[in-house]
Amino acid sequence: MPNTREVRLRIRSIKNIAQVTRALQAVSTSKVRRSVTALMHTQPYATKAWEVLTHIASQPGRDDLHPLLSQREKVSAALLIVITSDRGLAGAYNTNVIRFTLQQFSQYPYPLRYIAVGRKGRDLLLRLRKEIIAEFSNLPTPPTFKDVSAIGMLAIEEFLSRRVDEVFLIYTDFVNMVRQTPTMKKLLPLEYRHEKERVGTFDTVTHQGSRAVYIYEPDMNTILNRIVPRFTELQVYQAILEAQASEHAARMIAMKNATDAATELAASLQLEYNKARQQAITSEMLDIAGGAEALSIQEKVA
Amino acid sequence: MPIWCEIISQDRVVFEGEADIVILPGSEGEMGILPNHAPLLSTLNYGVMKVRRHGKEQFFTVAGGIVEVRPDRVVVLTDAAENIEEIDVQRAEEAKRRAEEYLKAGPPPDTDEYLAMEAALRRSNLRLEAARKYRGPSMPSYRREGS
Repeated sequence: MPNTREVRLRIRSIKNIAQVTRALQAVSTSKVRRSVTALMHTQPYATKAWEVLTHIASQPGRDDLHPLLSQREKVSAALLIVITSDRGLAGAYNTNVIRFTLQQFSQYPYPLRYIAVGRKGRDLLLRLRKEIIAEFSNLPTPPTFKDVSAIGMLAIEEFLSRRVDEVFLIYTDFVNMVRQTPTMKKLLPLEYRHEKERVGTFDTVTHQGSRAVYIYEPDMNTILNRIVPRFTELQVYQAILEAQASEHAARMIAMKNATDAATELAASLQLEYNKARQQAITSEMLDIAGGAEALSIQEKVA
Repeated sequence: MPIWCEIISQDRVVFEGEADIVILPGSEGEMGILPNHAPLLSTLNYGVMKVRRHGKEQFFTVAGGIVEVRPDRVVVLTDAAENIEEIDVQRAEEAKRRAEEYLKAGPPPDTDEYLAMEAALRRSNLRLEAARKYRGPSMPSYRREGS
């Protein structure tokens, strides 16, 4: 039987742990909300930019596509942008992303290069001896567009210089508070054809009864040049916000579990403490009773 | 009939509302957009755009971008836009001084940092100039700067 003092100390330390994890849980909850809000604010730009992009790219007679939109016939290397977190204590969040990456590309026949966003992912990739060309860590929560546009720029540069022929984004999709799934998205070359149904709104514009014919100033290519890199950077930005929301949601769940476990443990220790205390009292009572009995016997004899 | 105007940057909607006329710093020159304008896609320069409604004007700095015009709406997509009333003159001055100092020290051009500083200088110049030119006299922080 452990002595009562030891048990009391353990209970106290476990209660302290529960307090810390509960605080972390609250912090994570509010951070999820902030990331999701930031993500929502990027939506208007993304939607509009996509409309303009697909509209111009699908104009008839445009065979000489923008370099960021044209598929390469021969692929010989790919770049993966892997988004993880800087900190742990988020359950299996980071390992899930890395495991997903390895799974997706286990059959990939060409060399892979990596851009690591987040320290945890960088460490894991380093341990696996992957070729990392850049790392971005310690991003604020949530980051501004300017904080992360360099990542997209770097990807574009690698792609245009033909060091890689495809670029993929790997991040964790925020489905809801309890569900986050690792996801892969092709960043470059931009595939605009698959999503033709989203072009819709442009075709329905009419001007005084006639179908719209747009005026382009100075010309379509210049406009496309302006919008395509921005859109690419914005996709990276959105992926990072999505990943951050997921990270904090995962941490929130992990901390909730830790709090619950600590509370439970404290309760069962409390029970143990009560038993130990009761036992101590009982044995003390027995001692006293025994002593008193012995005394009364002596008195009778005397 | 008014025209609907939206100014959108990557991380927020800066302005949306009705306008009688929208004046934009197009890359081919300033353009005024009235309701029922022909459909148009254009790139924009660094500059100031104006939104007029019921005789009242609002000014916004825009850091390049593109604009899509349709008969009933004008949508501006830009890297950064700001209502002139929101500009913090003091901060812009400081940013300008920092950028100028950096460029004066004669760092190697064509590095990322050099280009970033150059862009920063261009931005702060634009904001300061815009604040100076278009802000009403009721802005005390500016009056002190100008005298």
